[in-house]
Amino acid sequence: MENYLSIFTEYNIPGAFWVNIQLTFWAAIGALVLGTVLALLRISPVASFRAIGSSYVNLVRNTPLTIIILFAVLALYGQLGFTLGGDFQANFFRLSVLGLAVYHAAFVCEAIRSGVNTVPLGQAEAARAIGLGFMPAARLIILPQAFRGAIVPLGNTLIALIKNSTVAAVGSVATESSSVMKSMIEFRADIVIPIFLTFAIGFVIIVIPVGLVTTWLSKKLAVAR
Amino acid sequence: MSASILFDTPGPKARRRILMINIVGAIIALGVVAWIFFGLAGKGQMKPEQWDDFVQASTWKNYLLPGLVNTLKAAILGIIGSVIFGLVFGVGRLSQNKLINGFCTVIVEFFRAVPVLLMIVFFNVFFARSLELPGDTALWAVVAALVFYNGSVVAELVRSGVHNLPKGQREAGIAIGLTRGMSLRHIEIPQALVAMLPALIGQFVVILKDSALGYIISFNELLFFARTYSSPNGNVLQALIVTAVIFILINFTLSKIAEMVSKRLSSRVKKSKDAPAELVGAPAGALAAGSVDSAEKDPNNPGV
Repeated sequence: MENYLSIFTEYNIPGAFWVNIQLTFWAAIGALVLGTVLALLRISPVASFRAIGSSYVNLVRNTPLTIIILFAVLALYGQLGFTLGGDFQANFFRLSVLGLAVYHAAFVCEAIRSGVNTVPLGQAEAARAIGLGFMPAARLIILPQAFRGAIVPLGNTLIALIKNSTVAAVGSVATESSSVMKSMIEFRADIVIPIFLTFAIGFVIIVIPVGLVTTWLSKKLAVAR
Repeated sequence: MSASILFDTPGPKARRRILMINIVGAIIALGVVAWIFFGLAGKGQMKPEQWDDFVQASTWKNYLLPGLVNTLKAAILGIIGSVIFGLVFGVGRLSQNKLINGFCTVIVEFFRAVPVLLMIVFFNVFFARSLELPGDTALWAVVAALVFYNGSVVAELVRSGVHNLPKGQREAGIAIGLTRGMSLRHIEIPQALVAMLPALIGQFVVILKDSALGYIISFNELLFFARTYSSPNGNVLQALIVTAVIFILINFTLSKIAEMVSKRLSSRVKKSKDAPAELVGAPAGALAAGSVDSAEKDPNNPGV
């Protein structure tokens, strides 16, 4: 037991989770903005915009996140010299956030599109009947209802993003939890299972409330029809 | 999406305007592609010697194909394992025995909340230290992690598939004298499996993508080989693009199969009654897999 408790003083475990939360926070903002733009492109009347949106989604959704983050770190930074400022560590952190945002934007786009699918036809017809064009109708009528209808898939994407923030390990973010756990179990062979369970339960504690809040919000914000 | 309902059928003026914007959009898209291409060329990344490695037989024979074989090996073992795990725990969660039900619920919820990468890292060390496994420990670590995570997702698919069947199916089974378990085995699960097939194939895409996480524990899969090969040659960027294209092609094919299956099944699977008939921008067949929860049916489950 003492042996186990010593890991909490030797390693900064809450700090490792904090790094994951920060990665998630910034990537979620980026993914939400990019995903909304992509969703707008995908429902627009202009065929070439729709094609741009759907090619992005189909390409990114089918690529492993590991490749996307490796690409940001090894290709963008390592081979092309592209940096996002800050010192060495901050740069890797930001590149990983970029990779996470680019990847999850495709799923945010699909979540919002599924939200658009919950909006009844009459809403769009009414919007047109009062003379709104595509953008005003989307901004004032369709998207607000679509977001409320998309809470469950958006919440699922957020949960996936929280878990996927561990993949920043390939982006050389050595302070996040999977990297910390890796070095811990390599040095403390006697307590491999307790260390894994500590981190696993940490994620359960973060993820389950998000799921509960999502369910609660989706009920609370459901559009009465 | 052919005739989205978000906008009226355009008249002559709007058609002209759309044509204009369309051309502008196409030019922007081409511009971005050209910008990337010339940007790369400007940085000296478009030299033929950096790319021609990937058209040489030896590169494929010694690196990419063995990597792809290992990736597919992990993915196929992961798929088989997840389906078995999912069936066992999905049925367990439908059990009326509180103990079995509770146990399966805890297991499924736990493994759905733990990042796959964490499991891969753990199993890799755990297997190496505690178990004598034949062959490559890293492969088994990747497969185990894939099975525990994706199996839990499949278990939820099985459960929601059975829950969404019309109640009459089970009642009919019980009326002809089947026990609850027999009705599950002979009547409900076969139908649920058909209904969840598109979502299940979507999950295979997730498994294939997740197998690339093995890179982190130096499992000899496609991405790892691509990296090992390209590092000394200074064409990591090119190798990553080629690897991504291989993954995209396989996954795109799988997604298309899922779409086809879901279209073919839409006639066979009973839609839930309260599904609204007309929705903004609903593509034909969007509700095809209507018998699985909307959250679960989405084949876009963002694995890794």
